[in-house]
Amino acid sequence: MSKDGAKSGAKYVVGIDLGTTHTALAYAPIPADETETPQPPVMLAIPQLVAQGTIEARELLPSFFYFAHESDGPQALPWDPKRTYAVGEHARARGIDAPGRVIASAKSWLCHPSVDRRSGILPPGAPEDIERISPVEASWRYLEHLVEAWDHVVAKGDESLALTKQSIVLTVPASFDAAARELTTEAAYAAGFEDLTLLEEPQAAFYAWLSDRGDAWRKEVKAGDVVLVVDVGGGTTDFSVIAAVDKDGELALERVAVGDHILLGGDNMDMLLAHMVEQKMIAEAEAAGRTLELDRWQRISLQHAARGAKEKLLGDPKAKTAQIAIAGKGSKLVGGTLRTELTREEVQQAIVDGFFPIVKSSDRPAVRARAALTQLGLPYAQDAAITKHLAALLGRHADALPSKSKKATLLHPTRVLFNGGVMKSPLLRERVSQCLDAWLSEDGAEPARVLEGADLDLAVARGAAAYGLARRGRGVRIRGGTARAYYVGIEGAVPAVPGVEPPITALCVAPFGMEEGTSADVPGGELGVVVGEKVNFRFFGSSVRRKDPVGAMIERWKPGEIEELTPIEVDLPAEGRAKGDVVPVTLRSTVTEVGTLLLEAVPLQPRKKDEKWKVELSVRSTE
Amino acid sequence: MVPPVAPLPFTTRLFFAWVCFFRVLFNGLFAAKVYALDSGEAPQLGPKPEPTPPEKKEPTPEKEEAKPRPAPVEKPPPSTDAALQLLALLQREGRFIDFIEEDVSGFSDADIGAAARIVHSGCRKALREHVKLEPVRSEEEGTKVTLDGNAQEVKLTGNVQGKGPYTGTLRHRGWRAVEIKLPVAVEGHDVKIVAQAEVEL
Repeated sequence: MSKDGAKSGAKYVVGIDLGTTHTALAYAPIPADETETPQPPVMLAIPQLVAQGTIEARELLPSFFYFAHESDGPQALPWDPKRTYAVGEHARARGIDAPGRVIASAKSWLCHPSVDRRSGILPPGAPEDIERISPVEASWRYLEHLVEAWDHVVAKGDESLALTKQSIVLTVPASFDAAARELTTEAAYAAGFEDLTLLEEPQAAFYAWLSDRGDAWRKEVKAGDVVLVVDVGGGTTDFSVIAAVDKDGELALERVAVGDHILLGGDNMDMLLAHMVEQKMIAEAEAAGRTLELDRWQRISLQHAARGAKEKLLGDPKAKTAQIAIAGKGSKLVGGTLRTELTREEVQQAIVDGFFPIVKSSDRPAVRARAALTQLGLPYAQDAAITKHLAALLGRHADALPSKSKKATLLHPTRVLFNGGVMKSPLLRERVSQCLDAWLSEDGAEPARVLEGADLDLAVARGAAAYGLARRGRGVRIRGGTARAYYVGIEGAVPAVPGVEPPITALCVAPFGMEEGTSADVPGGELGVVVGEKVNFRFFGSSVRRKDPVGAMIERWKPGEIEELTPIEVDLPAEGRAKGDVVPVTLRSTVTEVGTLLLEAVPLQPRKKDEKWKVELSVRSTE
Repeated sequence: MVPPVAPLPFTTRLFFAWVCFFRVLFNGLFAAKVYALDSGEAPQLGPKPEPTPPEKKEPTPEKEEAKPRPAPVEKPPPSTDAALQLLALLQREGRFIDFIEEDVSGFSDADIGAAARIVHSGCRKALREHVKLEPVRSEEEGTKVTLDGNAQEVKLTGNVQGKGPYTGTLRHRGWRAVEIKLPVAVEGHDVKIVAQAEVEL
């Protein structure tokens, strides 16, 4: 793909961080020849509506979509005066005013396993005059806004400079499964991108660090080092472990483990704090013999104030209290202002101990049985303790690397890189380090050193652009391949017993760490597919089974070791065959250059040369 | 700083700082008068702010183009639009107009202080995101300085006489708008509506 990119005449490498709460774009010109030193990536200030009728260029584009009401008039942009929807800051602000018309967290819906992610489901609970859109379309609209903004600001009508013609690196959470990646690329192709590569966000953060350090990074990370990337953003928490290894005398980087998809981030912390402050104000009012109910204006004000107070108290270890003032109703500001203060202890308790408690390395996140109705909303993390999720990751991958000590109970990072807005707080960084170092010392390992990063908000986009340069042969690359092994479920041919599920065998179709640009024919697994009918197969993934080769048949596994994903389906066209015929096929898996998993069904007796059919990663509801 | 005669409450100072900011930025005559006041009389500030709020800001910026002082302002759109955009911005982020337009005489300093926090934090955020300000003189206030007396940058006060270079005490470091980037109005957008009325359905 990089060669194609060079051929297609891309002038820039562009890194896009399509985040749950914010989207950002960084770019760097592609050097004309090998000898030229590449320029470091810079951020695009993205023109967007920030209020009704007002355009401003900002580095962050809030990932929000607003369906304008007829009373709003057009949501005019410099390049489209008649638009009926808005993306960005104005959409975010309208989310507080008119929540029913705004889509937030589309990305979290994109990886929601039990909804049809190509159907119009957003925003949930929208009023009837809205034609809802799919999570894929919402992501597409955010990318489309970037395309239009870039073409307006950078390309200015020059076709060869259009964003869709550039070499695009789009980031996804490391924890995104094959289907969520596929859907992300669908959104990107819909936006018109031609030269596209996916990159895991924690890796992007690490590339940003590498790019900032220049060659000096080799002094801080040496062969044998294990780098833990802790990325806590607005909506999600993402972990990755990258090992520096000696490959024939050269230092190479390998991504060895990624965490689960955890829907938990800074927004949850702000919401909790705002709720706490509201309760406190109500209690204070009651103590003074008044009743208090906050209106909409006051809630907006409260959210801002609580976030501000949090940033102050978590950012400045000396600050004891932060004042909170909430604006009065309507245009009356002075008389109606409510006051309270937030103390260090409260923030410590709610955020530091609530989300980052000191836990043992053997602690694991609590799992509640899901209520039947959870699929109506987003599957938020059931345990808010980020440190427990971290302990689970390190514990699960204890044997991912050859360990010096035999009795290691967890994977031992030697370096930590923080990323994401939440980790800007020194208190929270210290807390994570404190927990990690305690676990390591119990295990007889040295504490992990923190790698000082740059801008934690923009690192992912900048790192993605830096990666775009690295894959053109300029700088070190992280190897990783797929973060999971993938399996197709084959039901055993046993007589049906009522109430007992037939035993299922997992056939490995793509091994853990399968590299981009490689293919594998799956031996052994012969599947029967009915012509002219959609045939579903159960589909599984494992982030811990590293050794299963393609074609391995797994009959038993420990709970949690292999997880069921949304099913896959084959739809064989009837051409050349009789409808209803059963055609024996084998599977072939490919990890594309883009970074998605492609499964194909190859008939054992082909009717024409190279006959094969694509196996779709179904993204429909599992019902 | 102004040598104190009687210290003003914080809220008045905040309020006055805002009014001055606008008028200094958009009204060269006013800017000159403020310089003349710099040597002294704080009590005069009391009555002045009351009648000054927004109405006056709309017409004044028209004169701005001719003035050499706001040289960093590079954007070409009609100057009243830019002023109104800034006003809308301050209202949106910091409830600026609500605060200035409200009759505060009946409220206690504590009440006004609480509201001032909202205005201060919001307007500060808005201002910092859109105007980059830096002191004209980098020395600490109160230090002895010797200078040639650039009429644009420095105003001499007190016993003003003789020829440069002048030596004196730096009373106010001054402010320079190094960079200003204002929001752009979409065509057809009525910039005179600096805050929409809201009706909840």
